[in-house]
Amino acid sequence: MADLSAREPCAGLGLPLTLGGCRLAALPVERITAIQPFPGKVAAVETVLRAQGLRFPAPGHSHEAGGARIVWAGRETAFLFGMAAPEGLSAHAALSDQSDGWAGLRLEGPDARAVLARLLPIDLRAGAFEPEACARAPLNHMQVLIRRAGEAAFDLFVYRSMAGTAVHELTDAMRAVAARQAAVR
Amino acid sequence: MRISCPCCGPRDRREFTYYGAADYLNRPALDADASAWDDYLHLRDNPAGETRDLWYHDPCGTWVAVTRDTVTHAVIAAEAVA
Ligand SMILES: [Zn+2]
Repeated sequence: MADLSAREPCAGLGLPLTLGGCRLAALPVERITAIQPFPGKVAAVETVLRAQGLRFPAPGHSHEAGGARIVWAGRETAFLFGMAAPEGLSAHAALSDQSDGWAGLRLEGPDARAVLARLLPIDLRAGAFEPEACARAPLNHMQVLIRRAGEAAFDLFVYRSMAGTAVHELTDAMRAVAARQAAVR
Repeated sequence: MRISCPCCGPRDRREFTYYGAADYLNRPALDADASAWDDYLHLRDNPAGETRDLWYHDPCGTWVAVTRDTVTHAVIAAEAVA
């Protein structure tokens, strides 16, 4: 009989890794639930979420309360991280467990934005992408869900099957930015 | 070139897939004659100036009808169609 053992999505990828002014690490695996309100049910979903101190996020936004985060993840779709779906939500929205489907990475440090600028075509300056802002965007040819986690910290979620490629792309960009910084100094 | 996705806001052209002329929105009736279907499938204008075409915003899945100028590359309008 096959011996199956649970592996975290970024196991064996050499993380955490620090290169130049940047650190790349795997995010802890947490529960992720996709919430897709049934037609006309956004207000009812809001009411259930409000009891948890959360709101259904507008495109490009996320909210945090009591260790849980709710992140806009697509049209009429939000991902709830770090808590089970609240009681009563399933009456108003389609819920699906996404926990095993995604690999979460955190890129942080003074060069994080310069590294991401090589891979993502979106404006990540603080004025355009403030803390808790999020976006679906391409990381080279891969789709990511990106969220600003702090002044110089970004959380990136890719499909679990692409974790290795994402780490490879990010590491290459980190190496290039670090080499450039070293040459300029 | 940047296109304003009606859902996500202004984004780089690399995030979009081009589908073709907005004429695809005007599907002939099922019983229309062969020439109407021939027009629909094959005959396109190739304007130097204002044109309207369909783009797909890959990250969010919104279909966008974009009015733009092929001479100046100005994007004049972008509206969600699906
Ligand atoms: Zn969009």
